[in-house]
Amino acid sequence: MREILYRDAIIEALDEEMRRDESVFLLGEDIAEFGGSYKTTVGLFEKYGKERVRNTPISEQGIVGATLGAALMGMRPVAELMYIDFTGVAMDQIVNQVAKVRYMFGGKAKTALVLRTQGGAGRSSAAQHAQSLEAWFVHVPGLKVVMPSTAHDAKGLLKSAVRDDDPVMFIEHKLLYLEKGPVPEEDYTIPLGVAEVKREGRDITIVATSSMVGKSLAAADELEAEGISCEVVDPRTLFPLDRETILNSVKKTGRCLITHEAVQRCGWGAEIAATLAREAFDYLDAPIERVCGMETPVPFAPKLESHVIPDKDDVIAGVRAVISGL
Amino acid sequence: MARNAKSLSRKRLHEMYRTMLRIRRFEERTDELFMAGQIKGAVHVSIGQEACSVGVCSTLNQDDAILTTHRGHGHSIAKGTRLPEMMAELLGRSTGLCKARGGSMHIADVSMGHYGAHSIVGANMPMAAGMGLAYQLEKKKQVAVVFFGDGASNQGSFHESMNMCAIWKLPVIFFCENNQYAVSFGVERSTAVQDISVRAQGYDAPGVTVDGMDVTAVYEATAEAVARARKGDGPSLIEAKTYRFFGHSRGDPQFGPYRTEAEVQKWRKRDPLIVAEKLLKMTKAEKEAHEAAIKKEMDDANRFAEESPKASLESALEDVYA
Repeated sequence: MREILYRDAIIEALDEEMRRDESVFLLGEDIAEFGGSYKTTVGLFEKYGKERVRNTPISEQGIVGATLGAALMGMRPVAELMYIDFTGVAMDQIVNQVAKVRYMFGGKAKTALVLRTQGGAGRSSAAQHAQSLEAWFVHVPGLKVVMPSTAHDAKGLLKSAVRDDDPVMFIEHKLLYLEKGPVPEEDYTIPLGVAEVKREGRDITIVATSSMVGKSLAAADELEAEGISCEVVDPRTLFPLDRETILNSVKKTGRCLITHEAVQRCGWGAEIAATLAREAFDYLDAPIERVCGMETPVPFAPKLESHVIPDKDDVIAGVRAVISGL
Repeated sequence: MARNAKSLSRKRLHEMYRTMLRIRRFEERTDELFMAGQIKGAVHVSIGQEACSVGVCSTLNQDDAILTTHRGHGHSIAKGTRLPEMMAELLGRSTGLCKARGGSMHIADVSMGHYGAHSIVGANMPMAAGMGLAYQLEKKKQVAVVFFGDGASNQGSFHESMNMCAIWKLPVIFFCENNQYAVSFGVERSTAVQDISVRAQGYDAPGVTVDGMDVTAVYEATAEAVARARKGDGPSLIEAKTYRFFGHSRGDPQFGPYRTEAEVQKWRKRDPLIVAEKLLKMTKAEKEAHEAAIKKEMDDANRFAEESPKASLESALEDVYA
């Protein structure tokens, strides 16, 4: 199968959905001629024109509100918020309007829209351009939250998100944009709410999101040499959550490590740990472990940054601790 | 050409008067029910501001859109929202417009082009921009009107939205009901400009200030802005100077510490109902006929609401997702 970049998989998904459905259009900062800050809309302006690939002023609140307004009229807008950190500027629209109008209005409002954004550390972008804030959105009923870890998942999930009738926060990772992966030439979608076992194993389940999936798979390779067999599960969508796949895996392995880049405190992993403690209590042979970002803003200097963000070695250490019961 | 208020027929003006009266009596009823503890939560009545609701909505077609605020009963009624379902909503009944999940601050009636009351001050304006954008993309001739207050004109969302609508020439009318107070904070102290309409200049859009107690003045200014928007010439800002005769909400007496009884009485002399009655040289018989018709509507609405079952507990969990 051909291999393409994660960011090109995003472009393909947008291109195919715009061709398929005229009500799909894009808006965001620098997405037109410039092709997006992370080059995720390159070529679409030339193909679809300034009406459907619409540059916006730097007005995040306005962007999200306008996205919702267009959705209320029956369109399927896809907005790009350049950094997830900037959602802070638009949080009222996301939390108080986008997530709630259908519910508040007795189910009669249409809110089919996608808010694409990207987060994560690894480029010395520092505290205001490198956060992992997905838990904020998972906490809000009315939103769906997607976090693809591969080019294949990014394309298939984005196409589903565009077709979905609910508002979707689609959270990409800035370091994954330049990673290549196999992506079929033919049309496909991946349903929201379906996890994938990225690697099968016997001894421990690693539940990993976004950039931590690749790091966990690399960790599993090394641990295999030590005779530790890791199963890596990627939920792919944080809400709706495929609890069954995670539970089945943990019931099989009896151990679980949860890893994400976001800080540990009240992170999404806490929800998974609580779910396992309730639903898989009798199957657990060891306490649940979490390998997450340190509880600090993301620092600038590369060495400091990599210190606070979990890497492959942190996952390996975490797995060893669970297995050895330390 | 904009329609001129002078061209409004007597019949039409009577209809507009009746709608204002409908709003007045409905809100008086909601206030009573609220004080009696039958309506829960919060109720913000727009009594005194009816000319704004009616003047604006009388220029619109059913498939034009409005967005309103926490003080939105008047806009809802003027846009054609039915009283029985609205009263049922306020009383938490299953037959309510929003299935008892919205309440007074979140009334919506999409079938009438009413895209909702939004109770975060200023939050409805970016949505209006998006609705205008959809109309433009789909080459439709509809317009969106967004109602907001003097307080909301100090929110960033106002400025972001005005700019977006101006650069894209979107068919959106920004209608500011300057009722002089953002809760308790007087506009002359909260706002750097005397006339909020001048803020349109910053976005190269027309801005006018009108007498918000005169339904014909509001109608005239809005008709012009609507015509401009339908032609593709972009947004307008209209500021209506008006006044709420009641307090902001519960806990705010009619003459709160921030305003005097004399001030309220001064504005009450220009009650939009009285202004319209004078304009129409309304006879006693005509007035009584309006009152009688509205009383019947109100009784019917009340009966419908009271006879409807309370919303079921299960319904609280519906429509979170599509």
